[in-house]
Amino acid sequence: MIGNAPFFVVGVLFLMGLLGIFMTKNLIKIAIAVSILGSSVNIFLVALGYRTGGTIPVHFLAGEGSTMVMPTPQAMTLTAIVIALATTALLLSLIMLVWRHYGTIDVDEIRRLRG
Amino acid sequence: MNWNEHLPALILIIPLFGAFIAPVCSLGGKTARNILLVAISFLTLIVAFMLWRHVLANGISYYVMGGDKFNLSLPSGMALPVRIILEVDAFSAFMALCGAIVSFAGALFSVNYMNRFTGMGRFVSLYCLLTAGMIGMMVTGDIFNFFIFIEISSIASFGLIAFWRDKPTAIEASFKYALISQVGSMFILIAAGALYGRYNMLNMAAIGSVLKMGSMEKLVLVFLVGSLAMKCGTFPMHMWLPDAYAEAPTGVTCLLVAVSQASLYGLMRVCFSIYGATMGSSFIPWMLIVFGLASMFFGVSMAVVQHEIKRLMGYHSVSQVGYMLLGLGVGLLVLDDARAMADYGFTAIKGGVFHIFNYTMYKALLFLTAGAIYYATGKKDLNEMGGLARRMPYTTFMFVIAAAAISGLPPFNGFVSKLLIYESSFAVHPFLAVVALVTSVLTLASFVKVFQTAFLGPEKSSLAKVQEVPAAMLIGMVVLTAAILGASLFPSWTLSTLVEPAARALVDQSGYIGAILGGGM
Repeated sequence: MIGNAPFFVVGVLFLMGLLGIFMTKNLIKIAIAVSILGSSVNIFLVALGYRTGGTIPVHFLAGEGSTMVMPTPQAMTLTAIVIALATTALLLSLIMLVWRHYGTIDVDEIRRLRG
Repeated sequence: MNWNEHLPALILIIPLFGAFIAPVCSLGGKTARNILLVAISFLTLIVAFMLWRHVLANGISYYVMGGDKFNLSLPSGMALPVRIILEVDAFSAFMALCGAIVSFAGALFSVNYMNRFTGMGRFVSLYCLLTAGMIGMMVTGDIFNFFIFIEISSIASFGLIAFWRDKPTAIEASFKYALISQVGSMFILIAAGALYGRYNMLNMAAIGSVLKMGSMEKLVLVFLVGSLAMKCGTFPMHMWLPDAYAEAPTGVTCLLVAVSQASLYGLMRVCFSIYGATMGSSFIPWMLIVFGLASMFFGVSMAVVQHEIKRLMGYHSVSQVGYMLLGLGVGLLVLDDARAMADYGFTAIKGGVFHIFNYTMYKALLFLTAGAIYYATGKKDLNEMGGLARRMPYTTFMFVIAAAAISGLPPFNGFVSKLLIYESSFAVHPFLAVVALVTSVLTLASFVKVFQTAFLGPEKSSLAKVQEVPAAMLIGMVVLTAAILGASLFPSWTLSTLVEPAARALVDQSGYIGAILGGGM
């Protein structure tokens, strides 16, 4: 049961991220929600690759243990973190430009594109 | 050494190289940068064409990166494909060819169109990166790399949509698109992770070979279908698409059309090659059909009332994507029923695949003509235009061809693919064909409106000084016009050489898997 705890955390964080994106009105909070969504997916990937009592997945200097954690999800997570960094930076710079043009970061007031 | 085998890697390396060399090249001035943009996209087009020829002649080609040999599908004697593997079958090659043609046309167009603006070094860099991301989505054989390429193309397109960052609407459109595609790609990543957790593999062919339907697989399928449908702009999730298409610089809009097709490609790859006949229920195919019908009808009915020319065309994109979803959904519905497949299912898939080609060509051309009008007149609103046919005869001619093709008028290619879709969807239920026909009529109506108000009628005094656009823009449009006319004048050749191998490759799940796993299913 306790082994599944990371996945519950992932589920809760994922839903929090989605709710944040759809419910909040503040663009900065929406950007935070996107980051939470990304982090939950990263936790999911890392938790997937973990084996109980596993050591680092390197053949030398790995210590005594015979089980190793899976290296692929960790590589995937690193890639995903780098991508998330780029998108967060872009989102924040877009928010900055929105502030400059509209003078507000409230979603309801930024509505020039309609119909 | 036969370098044809390296084509799958070359088609990625060339635009990627272009993206990183662009800032250096911009130091050499305007001409060097423009030459780079056109040369890179032209080279990509040539490589895409050669790759397509190679795949048609020699079957599925794959490329292993990071293995000890590039042509060993199970590297280092492993039982499972674990490296980064590119896999190109006839369908991928067909899509890459479409994308490369559009990218070339958009690059030629942008040379003059973007001439008045600064920051072109960044533009060229992002344009090449977007091309690389789009083609990467089409040639990769690995679901995690699919996520990487979808992110590369998304990030490049955020930058390009917001390229005119002094326009508030461009920023707004870009933010909307960024949000939607971020949520979508997180769903794709979680789906890729779930598949990895279940099968310890990321290679699409290898997953397809061992996949058994369970609750996890159903969840993954829903995540993938939902997010990819969102990325290609189907009806309930379409709101980013008209905004993004209308606000991006026109050469980019033209490429974005092809990028949304890459998401459609991913959708089809998941449905046909990973899941295929093991899907077991008709829920997802019917979902695709219903999404398709809703996009077609609502897309076009929102387009009819628009008066801003690029927004109008953006809503038409929503409705055209519906046709492909309808055709491919009907094909997916009868995938495990051999008789119905031979009867009408394969026709539907052929129609859907042909419509992908047609849509990419004429929609890109329509956006380019809209951009040409904007370049020449500085106006976007249809109500402020009139009598442009006298001033811009070539643009008018090409607009008429594209409008006739999108409306499905008989001699043009749009008619052939739409007819295939009508025929086959009629066999499932007449209602599907009726909706498709009504959509086609409404499409014609709205393009008659555009043609009438923008090109015919009395000349407005404010437009008295309008001139035809420069040659490079015209050549960009001519490339697409030639593709449309070619497909229109030789429909049987196009169907048998271009469309049918692609449709056959899409249906042939065991072929896709066997190429990587050596036939050992």
